[in-house]
Amino acid sequence: MLDYYDIIEHSSLHDLLDRFPIAADFFDNMNLGRLDPDIPLPDALDAADQDWLEELGISVDDILEQLSDFLSVLSAPEDEDTGLQDITIIGGFYKDGSPEDIELTVHRGEVLSIVGPTGSGKSRLLGDIECIAQGDTPTGRRIKINGEYPDDETRFDLEGRLVAQLSQNMNFVMDLSVRSFLEMHARSRFCEDPEDIVSRCFACANDLAGEQFSEDVKVTQLSGGQSRALMIADTAFMSSSPIVLIDEIENAGIDRKQAVSILTKNDKIVFISTHDPLLALSADKRIVIRNGGISKVIVTSEEERKSSAAIEKLDDTLMRIRNMLRNGELIRAEEITRHGF
Amino acid sequence: MKLITVSGPPSSGKTSVILKLIDALHEAGVGKIGVVKFDCLTSFDQHRYAEAGIPVEIGFSGKVCPDHFFISNIEDAVKWGVRSGFDMLITESAGLCNRCSPHISEIPAVCVIDNLSGINTPRKIGPMLKFADIVVITKGDIVSQAEREVFKFNIRQVNTRGRILFVNGITGQGAFMLARYLKNTIDITTLSDMHLRFTTPASVCSYCTGETRIGDEFQNGMMKKMEFHPLSDQPAQ
Repeated sequence: MLDYYDIIEHSSLHDLLDRFPIAADFFDNMNLGRLDPDIPLPDALDAADQDWLEELGISVDDILEQLSDFLSVLSAPEDEDTGLQDITIIGGFYKDGSPEDIELTVHRGEVLSIVGPTGSGKSRLLGDIECIAQGDTPTGRRIKINGEYPDDETRFDLEGRLVAQLSQNMNFVMDLSVRSFLEMHARSRFCEDPEDIVSRCFACANDLAGEQFSEDVKVTQLSGGQSRALMIADTAFMSSSPIVLIDEIENAGIDRKQAVSILTKNDKIVFISTHDPLLALSADKRIVIRNGGISKVIVTSEEERKSSAAIEKLDDTLMRIRNMLRNGELIRAEEITRHGF
Repeated sequence: MKLITVSGPPSSGKTSVILKLIDALHEAGVGKIGVVKFDCLTSFDQHRYAEAGIPVEIGFSGKVCPDHFFISNIEDAVKWGVRSGFDMLITESAGLCNRCSPHISEIPAVCVIDNLSGINTPRKIGPMLKFADIVVITKGDIVSQAEREVFKFNIRQVNTRGRILFVNGITGQGAFMLARYLKNTIDITTLSDMHLRFTTPASVCSYCTGETRIGDEFQNGMMKKMEFHPLSDQPAQ
């Protein structure tokens, strides 16, 4: 661990920013105005507007200490490896109070789909995983990490780092171009080669999206499909979270199978809550939810995998009809049956 | 009685978070909980608390700086809580200017801030965020994962050591973690001799006392004047 205080005390602003570019944010946040960049920082601060410092309620010593703290927390990623190998879902209760008799362990690289009627509790299961439930959510489920129940401290520590989420309800709200957006995210993730990762991410998103988009377009102006594609590519390339939770992305107009394979490539655990047959069957296993609980876990059989080719054909037919409608064409029965079954 | 101070910008979801937090606290075994809501001109949140069966007092700062209003009433709020036999009192106050500073030294301080408020907002909020023990982020379910991560990073810049938690004010997800962290805080009977974590904004000028006329001759007391530069002499950015 570096002695940041010592470094700060003996560096000029110029050298400091050179070594820790993130320090620029600290000075921006403090709104300190122009400081002499070439003399030791304590001297530069002494020469700064002391009235403003007084209004901020801090002394030069406070600033040095706060900057030291800032650098020790923010010059290295907070989210280093979570050490997650597998998670285990231990059953709680169905909606009627009867016990949910299940113990399901999921390893890295596995894809599980979650199926069941609307309102049966699919999102609840995703919620339980997200917060590493310990019998304290409405389902009473408990989640083990690497075979053990995490203590409160571990849970708090893992909060927000274990799970990345993607859902139909999510939108971009930042007023930034695609490129600036990706760069900003890369910066906050301390990516080693941000240029490279931003380009790869952008290329991948364009690959997934049906319609191409440029990196100068604002993220808020992307279509539904393009947004979803960008979110998936971003999660795959930049998020360090080992678990990805996907809640209904079927209508997004993106290459769904490719999306799943990109996410699993990075050794992540992927849970997909879905009504889409292709997505459901692309998983290694599927969890069937009924009445708020897991009623079955089905391993995708060879036969099912084979039948997904036929389903894909049906899907293509539907897609073609959709496009015909979009283009103002007329639909003829004969056309559908010829290409369908 | 335990005391928790909850603050945050207007409409960030403070009341929703507190309502879910109270549910979770009850489940975690905390008994009677009351709320004091500090607001500025008007509020509708007292109805939400009352509807949930939670005893609530509400105070309006009116023309007084809300921060000064908060700190000059907090001790009485504690007395009310003790008198009412609460096991815990939660205060809710809106940070109406970014300079608000409602946190007290030994009392757990929560700042609620929402993902929709703009990516740089955490960097613009002052003591209310900086000195909080726990920062609760709301409305995370409707923005992209990437924005959640950048937002959290920007909070970290301002508050390097605080706990950061995501709570969904509608479903309550995350509230029980917040409850776990808050349920074992210290018991107090008074706030006498405790300190604010940071000074409140100062306001002692003629306009504080009802002056409405504009012009130099009406400006008395502690005034702060901006500098306006001729275009030829704009300071470098």
